Amino acid sequence: MKSVAELEEIRKKTLEKISLRTNADGYRVVVGMATCGIAAGARPVMTAFVEELSKRNISNSNVTMTGCIGVCRLEPVVDVIEPNGNKVTYVNMTPEKAVRVVAEHIINGRACLEYTISYEDKK
Amino acid sequence: MRDLSLHLMDIVQNSLTANASKIDIMISVLNEREDLRVCITDNGRGMDEEFLKKVIDPFTTTRTTRRVGLGIPLFKFSAERCGGTFNISSKKGSGTIVEATFKVNNIDRPPLGSITDTIISILIGNEGIGLDLILECGSNHFSFRTDEVTNLLGGVSISEYEVLEWIRGYLEEGIKVIFGGVLNEVSS
Repeated sequence: MKSVAELEEIRKKTLEKISLRTNADGYRVVVGMATCGIAAGARPVMTAFVEELSKRNISNSNVTMTGCIGVCRLEPVVDVIEPNGNKVTYVNMTPEKAVRVVAEHIINGRACLEYTISYEDKK
Repeated sequence: MRDLSLHLMDIVQNSLTANASKIDIMISVLNEREDLRVCITDNGRGMDEEFLKKVIDPFTTTRTTRRVGLGIPLFKFSAERCGGTFNISSKKGSGTIVEATFKVNNIDRPPLGSITDTIISILIGNEGIGLDLILECGSNHFSFRTDEVTNLLGGVSISEYEVLEWIRGYLEEGIKVIFGGVLNEVSS
């Protein structure tokens, strides 16, 4: 049985980790989580981002959610905002694509162009 | 929506949009395991009577990006499709209560889905939220309160990955203990 007492252990470990973190600005990942997004599968996409960022030890980037972005036909929609303020909008996302975006865009700084809204619109 | 946890996610989004700081989610199996009741209570800004009347209409929404709002109508339909009931009450300035019941053994009842993923997703996006989850079946009872967790964590954020993993394990055990063998999609 999991107990609340385990949280104390987690607290200590996490505090140690936090002290090692750098404060450099990171990426912001914003997932559209309105009715349209949820029905299209935004929830697993969001958990995939969080899991992958944690697996790769990226602590200065964060994942948040927002309401309807306005292109419901292309949900799940995810905005990745770079440290310099540039925004890339990914559409028709899946957990698998999320893993790739973390590796290529957030870690290596190269946007995955074929998942973006402009690429989708040109089709 | 494929399952109840996604409906729940959607309704909680409404609470968050209404600036709620405290959200109670209660999922209970009642009446000799005949009914499944899902109740979401928040302390958001609430709705006036006029808006409340038309909120179950799919062409009512507060958002500006488009004219339809399907969250509440879909939830209502899901409940009524399997012989359940739906009710929403609200008071301007003090909050909203959304309540749906489902017939446990009706073939059209949506499965519970991953309540755990829903709770975790809410916490990822809204660290400061006061969220209570209560599960009930007969005299069995399970509760999870973010206030308690936040207190124990001191300065550590609830959306740290290790904390979320602990919450995941904790909730999954709770769901198994309370609903295992009662709802046929949850194994005991």
